[in-house]
Amino acid sequence: MSQAVAEKQDMQEKDELWWMPKGRQLMKGNHAVCAGAIRAGCTAYFGYPITPQNEAIEYMSDALLDVPNGVFIQGESEVASVNMVMGAAGTGRRAMTSSSSPGVSLKQEGISYIAGMEIPCLIMNVVRAGPGLGNIAPHQGDYFQATRGGGHGDYRTITLAPNSVQEMAYHAYLGFELAFKWRNPSLILTDGVIGQMMEPVDLDAIPMVFPTKPDWAVGIKETPRPNRLLNSINLDPEVMAKYHEHLIAKYNSIKREEVRYDEYMCEDAEILVVAYGSVSRFVTGAIRELRTKGHKVGIFRPITVWPFPYEALARRAAKMKTVVIFELSWGQMIEDVALALYNTPKPLHFFPRHGGVVFTPAEIAGHLEQVIRNPLAPESLWRPS
Amino acid sequence: MSKAVVTELRKGVPPPEEGFEVVYMRPQALSDTQMTYCPGCLHGNVHHALAEAIDELGIQNRCIGMAPVGCSVFNYDFFDFDFIQCPHGRAPAVATGVKRSEPASIVISYQGDGDLASIGTAEIIHAANRGENITVVFINNAIYGMTGGQMAPTSLEGMVTSTSPRGRDKRIAGKPIHVCEMLSTLGGVAYLTRQSAHNVKGLLKVKAALKKALTYQMEGLGFSLVEVLCACPINTRQSPRQAAQWIEDSMLSVFTLGDYRDVKKEAADKGE
Repeated sequence: MSQAVAEKQDMQEKDELWWMPKGRQLMKGNHAVCAGAIRAGCTAYFGYPITPQNEAIEYMSDALLDVPNGVFIQGESEVASVNMVMGAAGTGRRAMTSSSSPGVSLKQEGISYIAGMEIPCLIMNVVRAGPGLGNIAPHQGDYFQATRGGGHGDYRTITLAPNSVQEMAYHAYLGFELAFKWRNPSLILTDGVIGQMMEPVDLDAIPMVFPTKPDWAVGIKETPRPNRLLNSINLDPEVMAKYHEHLIAKYNSIKREEVRYDEYMCEDAEILVVAYGSVSRFVTGAIRELRTKGHKVGIFRPITVWPFPYEALARRAAKMKTVVIFELSWGQMIEDVALALYNTPKPLHFFPRHGGVVFTPAEIAGHLEQVIRNPLAPESLWRPS
Repeated sequence: MSKAVVTELRKGVPPPEEGFEVVYMRPQALSDTQMTYCPGCLHGNVHHALAEAIDELGIQNRCIGMAPVGCSVFNYDFFDFDFIQCPHGRAPAVATGVKRSEPASIVISYQGDGDLASIGTAEIIHAANRGENITVVFINNAIYGMTGGQMAPTSLEGMVTSTSPRGRDKRIAGKPIHVCEMLSTLGGVAYLTRQSAHNVKGLLKVKAALKKALTYQMEGLGFSLVEVLCACPINTRQSPRQAAQWIEDSMLSVFTLGDYRDVKKEAADKGE
């Protein structure tokens, strides 16, 4: 017996939760998501290799073999993987998959069905630049796809946008909790910056969950009960319309109850930046620098990008001279910002980076100084076009 | 002819009047919902055979069904156990997720030829190759039924359909796919057989094959698939009788009946 095997056996005898990710660790975001998911009760993962999220499938291919009743399969395709999630989650398991943009496009059929069947599960998209095969650099070009359903039909997925490795772990937990609370798929929308970078993570801060089988899940009938059916077909338009009304009511409740956002240096700010995910980190660095020069700049960061914090953003923006948006795309979240300010319009400045080129805090500070000098600077002023 | 007396009645079925005895009734694994299949369609017969096999094995409360996209999309209404209605062709992947999560369940994926042999080819091949411990019922009627008679991957050469109006031309559409032959090379397969439901003798063999497939799943031997040649009289523009005769005359020479894999028999032949 090797020393490693002996140590593992010793650990197993001393601690029945020896397999649980724990403690303070230096981790990549893609690993932290998985560690957080396992703490949150995830026992099933199905995925397909695609950069820049391979650390996730690799982590699960090992870790889930130690989790009691853990299931790991490298699916033959993205399509098969999301359908395996459908099956596993259909039995009530906390099941997840992860991928990157082209792969998530392939999963959209399954996500639409999962939303239609109201099966809770977790999907991570480590977004890369598109369209097409694009490249593997960080991007935010899948925002529309993530926040507007993504597949066919009228549905929404609860979409979380972490901006740190700690939050990657936490959002795995939060994503599962919200998914099961609302019987709806949850999405983690992130990019290669957050997925690949290493930061210290306090895994003990992620609650441990030991889920029980929900009363809608298919399975063996231990005692007689009515049949359980998970389906999304409603041929009768009247029946379908009623089902839509049920979904809309659910989505409206989620919009009311689950909006999450973060604010930094906003109280006295005159210029408000809106940015999510990795970009919010660059912006925060720039704001710290600008504050030392006496510039009153703050940041509003949507944490849930669906439901989007429209009302909170409108309240915060009310006293600002102008609102500045930084995005790693040529303009997607900015449309939600414009919707948020529909009744109380503000000048919107837009600074995009795309193709996989990312901001530096110095570039962001430079753009902001330009706006500070002229809050109506025409070259960056955004309008619907 | 001997008649077995049914001793255990279904819930809700009134007991027979005095002097009568129940000798035959709907299998327990079927619900009392009236089936919606066309006249002469053999789906109902295969459902019945499957339900009888489930009853005889006493596994109804462990069954979880995968409904496909196609004519049998509503089969969850006709069986009396849990179901997931799967996206087109994806049933083997969904079944994989279910079975791995609930290893003690009996997972049955019921699919047609467009679903399994066209849009879901990747899923069926890899489920078979992984040796997923599930049972697939594969209905091969050589045509798309639900959508109205288009060419299927299993349509015969020369066969006129709504998307091969001049007959299936192998230069355009290739030859029909032989699923059992194709899957038979894969390592995870426990039982592969092709039977036909076009006559009573064939149906009895279908039922025996389904029972064997489910037994293999219960024993954890791996992937099992029962291909059943069926008729679609409406879309092949035939009477039910003609359609059955067409299977006999045209399909059987292309799709040879018999077992393509049987791990138990293979082991016995090797003297293991």
